Amino acid sequence: MMPTVLMQGNEAVVEGAINAGLKFYAGYPITPSTEIAELCAEKLPFVGGKFIQMEDEIASMAAVIGASLTGLKAMTATSGPGFSLKQENIGFAAMAEIPCVIVDVQRMGPSTGMPTSPAQGDVMQSRWGTHGDHPIIVLSPSSVKEAYYITIQAFNLSEKYRTPVILLMDEVIGHLREAVNLDEYKDVEIFERPMPQDKENYLPYQYIENGVAPLAPFGKGFRFHVTGLAHNEKGLPTNDPKVTEKLIKRLIGKIENNKKDIVMFEEKDTEGGDILLISFGSSARACEAAMQELKKEGIKVGLFKPITIWPFPDKKLREIYPRFKKVFVVEMNTGQLYYEVDRIIKGNTYVGKINKFNGEFFTPFDIVEKIKESF
Amino acid sequence: MASELVERYFRKETLPNIWCPGCSNGIVTTAIVRAIDNLGLDQNKVCIVSGIGCSARASGYLDFNTLHTTHGRAIAFATGIKFANPDLTVIVITGDGDNAAIGGNHFIHACRRNIDLTVVMYNNHIYGMTGGQHSPTTPRFDRATTAPYGNIDRYFDICKLAIGAGATYVARGTAYHVQQLTKLIERGISHKGFSFIEALSICPTYYGRKNKKGTPADMLKWLKDHAVDIKQGSKMDPEEFHDKFIIGELLNIDEPEFVEEYQKILNNLKVNYK
Repeated sequence: MMPTVLMQGNEAVVEGAINAGLKFYAGYPITPSTEIAELCAEKLPFVGGKFIQMEDEIASMAAVIGASLTGLKAMTATSGPGFSLKQENIGFAAMAEIPCVIVDVQRMGPSTGMPTSPAQGDVMQSRWGTHGDHPIIVLSPSSVKEAYYITIQAFNLSEKYRTPVILLMDEVIGHLREAVNLDEYKDVEIFERPMPQDKENYLPYQYIENGVAPLAPFGKGFRFHVTGLAHNEKGLPTNDPKVTEKLIKRLIGKIENNKKDIVMFEEKDTEGGDILLISFGSSARACEAAMQELKKEGIKVGLFKPITIWPFPDKKLREIYPRFKKVFVVEMNTGQLYYEVDRIIKGNTYVGKINKFNGEFFTPFDIVEKIKESF
Repeated sequence: MASELVERYFRKETLPNIWCPGCSNGIVTTAIVRAIDNLGLDQNKVCIVSGIGCSARASGYLDFNTLHTTHGRAIAFATGIKFANPDLTVIVITGDGDNAAIGGNHFIHACRRNIDLTVVMYNNHIYGMTGGQHSPTTPRFDRATTAPYGNIDRYFDICKLAIGAGATYVARGTAYHVQQLTKLIERGISHKGFSFIEALSICPTYYGRKNKKGTPADMLKWLKDHAVDIKQGSKMDPEEFHDKFIIGELLNIDEPEFVEEYQKILNNLKVNYK
């Protein structure tokens, strides 16, 4: 049995990452994610891993992709301003299909904003921050324990689908300390990158419908090309519209058509009632407390908490929302996930917004008040 | 010999290359390949990383582990590769815009870190891929599409920058002095630490045409006539030297190398991670 320990959210990310096989971290200091870099610097040498503090956020993302190409599981962590800087290379990883995990511990923005204050304003950026149509997976934990488990899943999905995975934390979860027992996760499956066999006919970008070819590490005799240009199955640049269209369709399809495998969520009291709250990350915790208050007043409230933010668990939401009279999307921004929920519900049910974007965390009372106002 | 090199080290299906007639990128790329061949490096253990621009397209033509990255970031990607797998020989191909402008920060910090990379900067004094805009190495008063009345920026001596930033091997060669260039690249690759080789090259299509520099042969001849070997350079008086530039090995010193230093820390922690 593992002992119950007091752990911080950012620390749980590092523990989860190391458990998942993290062997390379490159980063640049930024609040409120810095503990992740500090702990990686301290711990990675003891698991055969490597840590480097790069000259900037762009370089950190680049070094992570380079390390991943040698076969190492690689991660970086940042917050809003740094997340903006990393976007071009995140797009490179998406196009070149290089597995990597990017932690964004969200703080209040835009711009420098309030560096030590929580927000969830990077929901849309995590999906569309880099230019062009691209695949991405975004996961958001709402507790320290979940941060540990979801980090492992971030690595698994990244390796399995050869894609960057964004771990969308927020300052509250990053800095929260909770008593956790990780015993239940000791046998969690760890996905290891498969090694291709045929060196002569290796196609690093082979057309596999809704899937990916195994990625050979540099230095093992495969000698292939990796580029951010549109490329053929060998990875060589192409201007052929047919080849390009096929590539983009596969890139999008490998995520969109594997949602069943990728999508994670939690639901609470979703059998039906007055109000369905949709929330994620730390805001979902305030929702849970608000639910208890509202229950006392006889209001039946359910909670749908996507853990996979992108791709959004649309199928599940379509199943749940008709059981409720009204839907509220609760998030620490001016309404971002709201757009996705509104798109799915298409006006069939009222969808309201409950937002906070002043650097303060939600109190359950904020939510209770808004719900009551709606009656 | 060149055709043997092509046979062995180029991805023939990618040829002919996209470079303009008269471009010297082929000369410099062949010098790199010849240096690798002369050193007898294992093809499977060589990694070529490039950024964005005309020169950067070289990586796609070469049959090694090749990575064509984002604009200015090749050295940062290469740092990740070398640190993660020190068994690889990592060579960065970059240009004057890629390395001296958008990639300047990564360049100086890689110099400072003295990580064991070899960076070859094809310096053609212009942004060629985008059609002839002035770069940090466009000579003052020369013309470019974004300097139609003459370039007012001062010339950026990237070798001096490399020395100032802490690189431990710095050399300058030209596309004309190809045997010397090959030798300089060979020594750069063999050198333990950060090696920088500036390869002065020519862009007849944009830089040459805009500045009435004549034919590609004229431009190569200009390199021949204005290059002064470092051994002679010190003996020349300033008046004689004023329109000349130095070629050869400018710096070759030993300093602690980044990857080895990290390994020392692991050794001190008594971590056996193999």
